[in-house]
Amino acid sequence: MNKATQPRMIQRYTTSQRINHWIIAITFVLLAVSGLALFHPSFYWMSNLLGGGVWTRILHPFIGVLMALCFFVFAARMFRHNFLTRADIEWMRHAPDMLNMKEERLPEQGRYNGGQKLLFFALIFLVLGLLLTGVVMWRSYFSHWFSIELIRLSSLLHALFAFLMICAIIVHIYAGIWVKGSIRAMTRGTVTPGWVWKHHRAWLRELRGTPTHDK
Amino acid sequence: MSLQSLDIKRRSATTTPPPGVRGEVVGDGVAKLIDTTQCIGCKACQVACMEWNDLRDEIGSNVGVYDNPADLTDQSWTVMRFSEYENTAGDLEWLIRKDGCMHCEDPGCLKACPSPGAIIQYHNGIVDFHQENCIGCGYCITGCPFDIPRLSDKDKKAYKCTLCSDRVAVGQEPACVKTCPTGAIVFGTKEDMKQHADGRIADLKSRGFDNAGLYDPGGVGGTHVMYVLHHADRPGLYNDLPKDPEISPMVAVWKGVAKPLGVAAMAFAALAGFFHYIRTGPNETDEEDERKAKEFMDE
Repeated sequence: MNKATQPRMIQRYTTSQRINHWIIAITFVLLAVSGLALFHPSFYWMSNLLGGGVWTRILHPFIGVLMALCFFVFAARMFRHNFLTRADIEWMRHAPDMLNMKEERLPEQGRYNGGQKLLFFALIFLVLGLLLTGVVMWRSYFSHWFSIELIRLSSLLHALFAFLMICAIIVHIYAGIWVKGSIRAMTRGTVTPGWVWKHHRAWLRELRGTPTHDK
Repeated sequence: MSLQSLDIKRRSATTTPPPGVRGEVVGDGVAKLIDTTQCIGCKACQVACMEWNDLRDEIGSNVGVYDNPADLTDQSWTVMRFSEYENTAGDLEWLIRKDGCMHCEDPGCLKACPSPGAIIQYHNGIVDFHQENCIGCGYCITGCPFDIPRLSDKDKKAYKCTLCSDRVAVGQEPACVKTCPTGAIVFGTKEDMKQHADGRIADLKSRGFDNAGLYDPGGVGGTHVMYVLHHADRPGLYNDLPKDPEISPMVAVWKGVAKPLGVAAMAFAALAGFFHYIRTGPNETDEEDERKAKEFMDE
């Protein structure tokens, strides 16, 4: 498209939101890789990413705290966009249509669709769970405050929450790859009006009349 | 520590067989038998352990009981634990138990350890920590049913009794056995030690200790450190020695079925995404969508 026919872009994320998102993303990858290294022996080689087993043990919890902090700031900023509505429940009921590219059968969605909101709340629960269980497991500073039974339970739950989080993020990343035009929302901050029209039409209705962002 | 051993039965965080071409050991492996009924609490075993392993704990302070030091540490791999028990006849019994690693046949520490080769079990039953591979996570403490391993503040590695694996490897008995002045600690094949215990238990029963017996808990597959107890029906009397120790179900799930299932499910999720893309192709926004959006916005 030449410049004349280029559509007016719509701002989806601010610069600071994008920076925040990518700090979370980078720390998540470091955490997932180093955590998997300690979860299953077949992944132990991945402990090399942080400089070996000992460095993995030292750094993983600190990176975890950083991710949790950044995540909660991000979640707080996104919170008001993620209240569940009737249309979201309807979306969830029609999730197979979404996967089969029958998006026209779905109710119009706002800034976030039902699946995204579900992921949003799942991640809040999982990050909180990982933070709390992780603190209990953190031998250098905290474990001596807790009973052995609680440490065992936390170890099991930490693995479970991490497993669920990795699965959730696999879905999140895949959605970004599959729905073309989404990734630029997090790399450049903007999406095309056609993308909003197709995937978040109710949001486009909200935007109508308000000034859009030229780029 | 790095001496090559061909007698490895199990190696932590390892999914392939460890070096083990040598045949199974005879006599059910080795065992240390601690006869609590013959122990006088002199702590010579603690001193011998320090000497042989070249360990020096910090000088602590008296906490009101004879236990000294008060607990196991990275420097104290064995500790005499003293209990004062008033029996049904109203007499005081001083029950003294030499605490330390039990060398479980099914070791919870080894099961929990995430670092390949940091914990190994020899064919003779000795469970040994190889600190050069230890990453200091403390999962061994989480996995142990007896609360034995201790992380060092100095190097953040986990330490515990080795059953003097270095001495045993060259045909000597552990240092604590060597030094015990009353013969309360003996060492040999597990079969021989059980036989020796039988004699002791028969003797104790003949002298009124009807519940005398051997402590070799089956929940952890038996142990290579065993106790003769006057009150084998109540091991809890001996400073909370667990009656039926086993690897915690939470550790068993975390370090058992969760591992293959978790990995398989994560791989499935990633593959499901990939094949979904192959099946449906990308979800694209076309010119038509852009045109409609423009019309809508310009309305």
